Amino acid sequence: MKLSPKEIEEVANLARLELTPVEKEKMRDELAPILTYFEILKELDTENIPATAQVIAVQNLMRPDEVRPSAPVEEVLKNAPLREADYFRVRAVFGDQE
Amino acid sequence: MELHNLTISEAADLLRKREVSSRELTEATYKQIEAVDDKVKAFLTLTKDLAFQQAEAADKTFKEGAEGANPLLGIPMSLKDVVSTRNVRTTCGSKILENFVPIYDATIARKLYQAGAVLVGKNNMDEFAMGSSTENSAFGTTHNPWNLDTVPGGSSGGSSASVAAGESFFSIGSDTGGSIRQPASLCGVVGLKPTYGRVSRYGLVAFASSLDQFGPFTRSVTDNALVMNVIAGHDSLDSTAINAPVPDYTKSLIPDVKGLKLALPREYFIDGLETGVDKAVRAAIAKLEELGATVEEVSMPHTKYALSTYYIIAPAEASANLARYDGVKYTYSDPDARTMVEGYFKTRGHGFGAEVKRRIMIGTYALSSGYYDAYYVKAQKVRTLIKSDFDKVFEKYDAIVAPTSPTVAFRIGDKVSDPLAMYLNDIFTIPANMAGTPGMSIPCGYSNNLPVGLQILGPVLGEEKVFRVAYAYEQATEWHKQHPTL
Repeated sequence: MKLSPKEIEEVANLARLELTPVEKEKMRDELAPILTYFEILKELDTENIPATAQVIAVQNLMRPDEVRPSAPVEEVLKNAPLREADYFRVRAVFGDQE
Repeated sequence: MELHNLTISEAADLLRKREVSSRELTEATYKQIEAVDDKVKAFLTLTKDLAFQQAEAADKTFKEGAEGANPLLGIPMSLKDVVSTRNVRTTCGSKILENFVPIYDATIARKLYQAGAVLVGKNNMDEFAMGSSTENSAFGTTHNPWNLDTVPGGSSGGSSASVAAGESFFSIGSDTGGSIRQPASLCGVVGLKPTYGRVSRYGLVAFASSLDQFGPFTRSVTDNALVMNVIAGHDSLDSTAINAPVPDYTKSLIPDVKGLKLALPREYFIDGLETGVDKAVRAAIAKLEELGATVEEVSMPHTKYALSTYYIIAPAEASANLARYDGVKYTYSDPDARTMVEGYFKTRGHGFGAEVKRRIMIGTYALSSGYYDAYYVKAQKVRTLIKSDFDKVFEKYDAIVAPTSPTVAFRIGDKVSDPLAMYLNDIFTIPANMAGTPGMSIPCGYSNNLPVGLQILGPVLGEEKVFRVAYAYEQATEWHKQHPTL
C-alpha cells in the first residue's frame, strides 16, 4: 500500500519533519510494505471488543494542589539552544513563511 | 576468576570478606572497558570521576562496617543512555540529544545510587529505543562480544553487550517491544522486562508510554533478583506505576519446578524460527520437564497480529512523545532555520535518524484524521484480544516458555535496508509488552557459536514465578558460567 507523494507531504507536514525529495521517495518505498502488513488486522472482527485504554488498571491519581519549589532557572536553561535573559529564545513566529 | 566477570553476589561476598574493595572492582571494570570497548563499543559516555567518588563512598561504608545487607553497595553498573542521569550526558543514541545533560535523575538511577551502585558509564542504544540491533544509533553500532561481526540486538544493545563482556556488573535497559529480552538473548545474558508499572518510568526518556519499562541485565538470575529488589516499587512521580508491595525476589530463587505447569504456545514455533534456536529452546524445555515441570502445548491465537498492532501503537505513541524535540528546549536547534516553524522542520528533519523519522511518519499517519479508527483504534482493540490470550493461559498455567528471538545474532548490515525484516526480530517479545506481562530471557545454549535465549513469560505481577523457573533451569545448566573471549 504505497502512499502518494502528496500523502507523504501531508504526513511529514503534520509531523514537522523536513524531508528531502530523495527521503520522501525512500519513505514511500519503505512505508509501503509496512502499511500493507497492517492489512492483516482486517482479518479480525473487533466490533464488540473494547480498545485497551491502559494495560494495567489504574485510577486517576491526584495530589494536593500544594506549591512546591520548581527547578532553578539556571538548571532549566542549561539545555536551551537559544537563550535570552531567563527565557528559552524562539525564532520569529510570524515572518518569512512559505 | 577475573574480577570483571564476577557476578554481583560473588563480588558482594568478596567485598564483605574485605578481599576486594569497590575501588578495585571499579578499576578492574575500567581496565576491561579499556581492553575491549574499542571493539565492542558498548559505551557512549564513561563517568570515571563520578564512579571513583561513588566507589570511595562505598569503601568508606565498608570500612565503618555499615554495609548491612545491601548487595549492590560498591558494585559497578552501567545505564542505557535512555536513563535520565543528572549532570551526566544522556543522548538516547540520537544526534538531537548529543549534548543534552539532564537536570534530574530517573527514579531508578536515584534508587541505585542510594543502594551504593557505582556508575561507570552510559550505554549505546538504537536511537530513541527504536530498533532491534543498535545499528540505529547515531553514534555507530555496538558489536556482539561473542562475534564482533554480529549485532548485540537492540535497542538495549550496549547494555547487553557491556554485561556480557564484563564491562559492567549489571546494566539497566528498557523494553518496549523486546529491547531488553532480545539483546539479552543475542548476548547470552539474563534480561528481565518487569510487569508494566512495576518499575517507575520517571526519567525513562519516553518512546511509547503504554509499553516502555526499565529492567535489569545481569550475568545470573540471582543478580537480576538483587537488582529488581532495588528498582521495583511504586513512585508518586509515575502515574502509571503500580502501588503494590515489592516482594523479596530472592525468595523465589528455588531450584525446583516440581508441580509447576508451563505452557508452550504453538504460535511461537513457526517458519521464521531458525533451526538452531528451535533445537536449543526445545532442549531447555525438555530440561524443565526433567526437573519436574509439566509442559503442555497451548494456543495463543492472536500472536500473529501482535507485530502489526505494535507497529501501529508504538509509533503512534512515539509521534506524540517525540513532538517535544522542537529545537527550543533540548539543546539541538538547526542553525539554518529562520523562523520558529522552520526551526521545527529543520531541527527534526536533520536531528532525527531514518528509523525515527519512519516511525514518526507511521505514527502520525495512523493517528491522522480519517485513519485514526482504521489503524489506532483497531490496533487498541486487537491489543485487548492479545491480552486476553495471556489471561486465558495464565488461568491454568504458571508460566509460558518460548524462544526469545527467532534467530541468533545476525551480521551487522544484514537487515538495515529492510525495515520490516528488522521488525520481525521482535515477533516473540512484542506480545508481552502488549499484555503488560513480565518476561525474562535466559541463556539456554548456542547455535553457530552464538547465544540462544529461552523466554519465560509470567502473569501480571508474576515475576516470582518467572524467577523460579529461570533459577531452576539456570542452576541445572552451565551456560551462565560461560563468557565470550575478547
